Amino acid sequence: MSVADEPKTTGNGFVGRAMRRKEDPRLITGRGRYVDDLTPQGTLWCAFVRSTEAHARIVSIDKSEAEALPGVHAVYTGEDMEALGILDALPMAWVPPEVEVRNAKHWPLARGEVKFVGDPIAVVIGEGRYAMQDAAESVFVDLEPLPVAIDLEAALRDGAPLVHEELGTNRVHDWTLAGGDVEAAMAEADVVVERRIVNHRTAGAPIETRGVVAEPRGVGMTLTSSTQVPHFVRLFLALLLGESEEKVRVIAPEVGGGFGTKLQVCGEEVLLAAAARKLGRPCKWIETRSENMMVTHHGRDQIDYVKMGAKRDGTVTGVHVKILADMGAYLMLLTPTIPSLGAFVMSGCYAFDAVQTDITGVYTNKCPTDAIRGAGRPEATHMIEVTMDQLAHELGMDRVELRRKNFITEFPAETALGIVYDSGDYHGSLDKLLEHFDVEAFEREKADAAKAGKRLGVGYSTYTEICGLAPSRVTGPQGFGLQTGLWESGMVRVHFTGAVTAYTGCSPHGQGQETTFAQIIADRLGVDPANVEIMHGDTGTGPHGLGTYGSRTTAVGGEAIVRATNKVADKAKRIVAHMLEAAPEDIEVEDGKFSVKGSPGKGMTMAEIAGAAFIPDNLPEDMEPGLEETAFYDPSNFVFPFGAHAAIVEVDPETGRVDVRRYVAVDDCGPAINPTIIDGQVHGGVVHSIGQALYEQVHYDEAGQLVTGTFVDYCLPSAADVPSIETDRTETPSPVNQLGVKGIGEAGTIASTAAITNAVIDALRPEGITFINMPLTPVRVWEALNEARETGSAGEARRDGDRRETT
Amino acid sequence: MSRVPVSLEVNGTHYEREVEPRTLLVHFLRDDLGLTGTHVGCDTSNCGACTCHLDGDAVKSCTVLAVQADGSAVKTIEGMGTEADLHPLQEAFWAHHGLQCGYCTPGMIMASADLLARNPNPDEAAVREALGGNLCRCTGYHNIVKAVLAAAEATQPREVSA
Repeated sequence: MSVADEPKTTGNGFVGRAMRRKEDPRLITGRGRYVDDLTPQGTLWCAFVRSTEAHARIVSIDKSEAEALPGVHAVYTGEDMEALGILDALPMAWVPPEVEVRNAKHWPLARGEVKFVGDPIAVVIGEGRYAMQDAAESVFVDLEPLPVAIDLEAALRDGAPLVHEELGTNRVHDWTLAGGDVEAAMAEADVVVERRIVNHRTAGAPIETRGVVAEPRGVGMTLTSSTQVPHFVRLFLALLLGESEEKVRVIAPEVGGGFGTKLQVCGEEVLLAAAARKLGRPCKWIETRSENMMVTHHGRDQIDYVKMGAKRDGTVTGVHVKILADMGAYLMLLTPTIPSLGAFVMSGCYAFDAVQTDITGVYTNKCPTDAIRGAGRPEATHMIEVTMDQLAHELGMDRVELRRKNFITEFPAETALGIVYDSGDYHGSLDKLLEHFDVEAFEREKADAAKAGKRLGVGYSTYTEICGLAPSRVTGPQGFGLQTGLWESGMVRVHFTGAVTAYTGCSPHGQGQETTFAQIIADRLGVDPANVEIMHGDTGTGPHGLGTYGSRTTAVGGEAIVRATNKVADKAKRIVAHMLEAAPEDIEVEDGKFSVKGSPGKGMTMAEIAGAAFIPDNLPEDMEPGLEETAFYDPSNFVFPFGAHAAIVEVDPETGRVDVRRYVAVDDCGPAINPTIIDGQVHGGVVHSIGQALYEQVHYDEAGQLVTGTFVDYCLPSAADVPSIETDRTETPSPVNQLGVKGIGEAGTIASTAAITNAVIDALRPEGITFINMPLTPVRVWEALNEARETGSAGEARRDGDRRETT
Repeated sequence: MSRVPVSLEVNGTHYEREVEPRTLLVHFLRDDLGLTGTHVGCDTSNCGACTCHLDGDAVKSCTVLAVQADGSAVKTIEGMGTEADLHPLQEAFWAHHGLQCGYCTPGMIMASADLLARNPNPDEAAVREALGGNLCRCTGYHNIVKAVLAAAEATQPREVSA
C-alpha cells in the first residue's frame, strides 16, 4: 500500500482545525448515557461473592440463607456453568507459533479453587441494588487456605507454591525477540551497564468502573457494557453461550474511560448474559470501586534485567533485556502478549545493531494483568531511556548527546528486529524540546534551590512507539499469533438531505473521534461537520470492527473512514459529471460544492447530489440509487509516533517529596486533524505516568491481600499534585495511510515515567544517589537518601532500589 | 426495610418520596428521580464524580444520606444549564476541551461552581487546590484548570457589577 493508492481530495479546511468537540454538549449538561444510567423495567441486580483468600480450596458454599431472602431470584456458583449454558472458559487470544503458553482454565465463577483475592465465587441476583449487596453477604463460603505465590521472582523458584497445580509450574511462557548478535555486541563494548529495573503494578482506574446490563430478547439478547471492544464481546458471547452471532447485540454506551481495562472479555459479561437468558429478566451489575481495584485487570508489573553495551565514544553496540512479567492468577484476553508489545520497540529511537528481549511470564496469586494505556511500550521505553541516562553517566557523556549519537536518521528504517519504522525526525523533536529550555537559567535555579536545601533535576525521554494496531498479517495467527485480524471498518451513509451518518468499528470513549472523523468526512464531501454524525459502539448498526485501543482509532479506523468517504465522493463526482455534462475527473470538492474544475460557479452541493441519488430518474446508466459505501482497511504496516519529553523536578531531601515543576512534551503523530484533541491526549497520558512514577502502586502483602483496595490507598494524582503540561508538536507524515497520521492516545504515558525518573536521579546525584526504581514516593526517596548518607552511595551498587514499602 | 419520607427541592422542582433510611443522596437522585447526570466513581468520597450542591454548598452526594437532604434544596448538573443555554462553566469546559470521556465532568463543574461562588477570581494554584477532591483520569487536569480560569474571567464583570 502506498499513499498514492487513492487520490487526496482537496480539503475544505476542517482537518487541522481546533474545533470544539461534537461529543461535549450532552456530556457537560449531564445528558450522557453511561451503563449505570440504564435500568430497564424488571431489572434484577447482581452482586458478587468474592474470595477473601489469595489461594484456597472451596470446601463448601452454603447459599440457602441468601436464596431464602426476599427478592432473591437466583444464586449461582461455579458448579452452575452447565446449567447456565456457558460452554467454555473465558478467552485468551494468543497462540504464538512454536511457543507454548500454559493457559489455565478461567471460568466466570471459580470452580474448586480460588486463585486471588477477589476471584468471584458466587453471584446473587434479585431485586434491589442495596438488597442484593446484603444478600451476597448471606452466602457462606468455607475456604481452606493454600500456600501462595506472590513475589514474582520467588514464584519461579523450585518448590514455590503453584498457582495452578495441574500445570506443574508457575512459568506461563518463554518468548524471545532478537535481532543481531547481542553476545558479540557485549563483547565488543567498552562499557556495559546493567540495571535491574522494576516496573511496578498499577491500576488503569478509569473514573467509571465496569458495568453490564444484559437484556434477554425473545430470541437472543442485548448486552450493554462499559467496554472498548463491543464486537469482540459479541463474538465471544455468541461462542461461549452457543448463540448465533446475529442474535447477540452488544452496545458500548457512553464509556467513562477505559485505559485498557475495558479491552477485555469479562466473566461478568458472560455470566450476566447467561443469567438474563435463563431468568428471562434484564440483569444489571455495576462494579464498585473496591471491586474495580481488586478484580479489573492491572497493568505493568515487570522486573527488567537490562544490559546495554557501548563504545567509549557513545555508540551503543547492543541491548539485552530479560523480562520477568507478572501475569497474575489467570491469562485474560491478551495478558501474556503485553510485554511482547514492548519488545517490538526495544530499539527505541536508536540504530542499535543488536537487540534481544527474553520474556518469561509468571503466574502469581494476584489479579491478572493485561493492557493498561501503553501496554508494554511504557515499560520498554522506561527501561531503555533510564538505561541511556545511566550509560551516559558511566561514559561521562552528556545525556542529550548520547541520544543524538545513536538516533536513527534515515526513514523508513528497518531496526535490528526487522521492524520497519515508517517515518521519523528524532533530532527535530529533540531540537524543538530544547527550544523550550533555557539551560543557563535552569542551572541558576538549580544553584539557588541547592542554597535553599532543595534539589532540582532535569530528565529527558526520547521515544518511539509502535501503534495503529493492525496489520493482521503481522499480528495474526501466522505471525505474532493473535487469533484475530486487527483491521478496521468504516461505513459512510449520505441521507436524502445531504446530511451524513458514518459508522466506525472502533469504539472511542473520550478520544474525540465523533469530532475528528466528522472533520475528515466533511472535507471530502463538502459538508458541515455539524451535519456529520459518527456512530460507534453498537454491533447492531455498523459492520464488524475491532475497537479502540493501541492508539489505533484514527490511524486505522480513520483511514477506513477515509476510504469509505472517498468511494462516496467518487460516486458523487460521477453523478455531478453526468448532471453537468463534464468528466468525473474534472470534478473537485471546493467550498462546500462538487464543482467543475475551472468553473467554480458550476457545481452541486451534497444535498443536491443526494437528491439526485435518492430520486434516481437521471442517474448514469447502470448506477445504483443511494449514496452509501463501506470500506475495510488492513494497513501494510504499523505506525510509529515519536517525540521528546523533559521533566524538571524538585526534590526535598528532608522529606523525600518530589514535585514536578515543569513538564514539556514534544510529540509527533503526523499531521494534526484537531490540535486541541491531540494536546488533550498528551496531557492525560503524561499525568497518567506522573501518577505511576510518583504516586501509584498496586500493593499486595505477603499473604496476597490487596492493600490498595480503594482510592484512599491507591493514590491517583489530583489537580493539586501535578503542573500544567507544556506541549508542542512536530508533524512528520506517515507513509502508511492517506491522512499521514500516527497515534497519540498512549504517547504521553509511554514517554513520561522515564523523564520523571531520570529527573529525580539527576536531582539526587549530588546526594550520592545514582539509581532508583519507581514509584518515587517520599518514603522510597527518603530511604534512598538515608542509605546514601550512611554508605556514601545508593543505587546501582545494590542494583535493586525496589525496597518494599509498607504503603 | 422500613421507609421514611423525604421532601426536598431539586433543581427548583419539589419532590416527596419514601426511601430506605440508608439511601445515599446520589442513588436517590439517580435511581428515584432519574437525574443520572450525577455519577458514582468510588466508594470512599475520593473521586468527586458525585459532587452536587446542597443548600448552595458543594457536597459529595455519595457521602450524604437522602434523609439528610430532607427540607433542603439540591442542585445537580441538570440544573446548571441546557444545551441551548449553557452555564459559563459548561461553556468554558466545552471551549477549552476540559473533558474527554465526560464521566468526572458533572462533578468537576459542580465543584468549580462552588469554588467560583466563594472565590470569583482564583489563580491557577487556587483552582488546583479546590479541585483536589475531584479525580479525572483523561485530561491530566490541564484543560479543566484552564476552563475554570476562563469561566472566572468570563463571569468576572458580572460579579463585580452585581
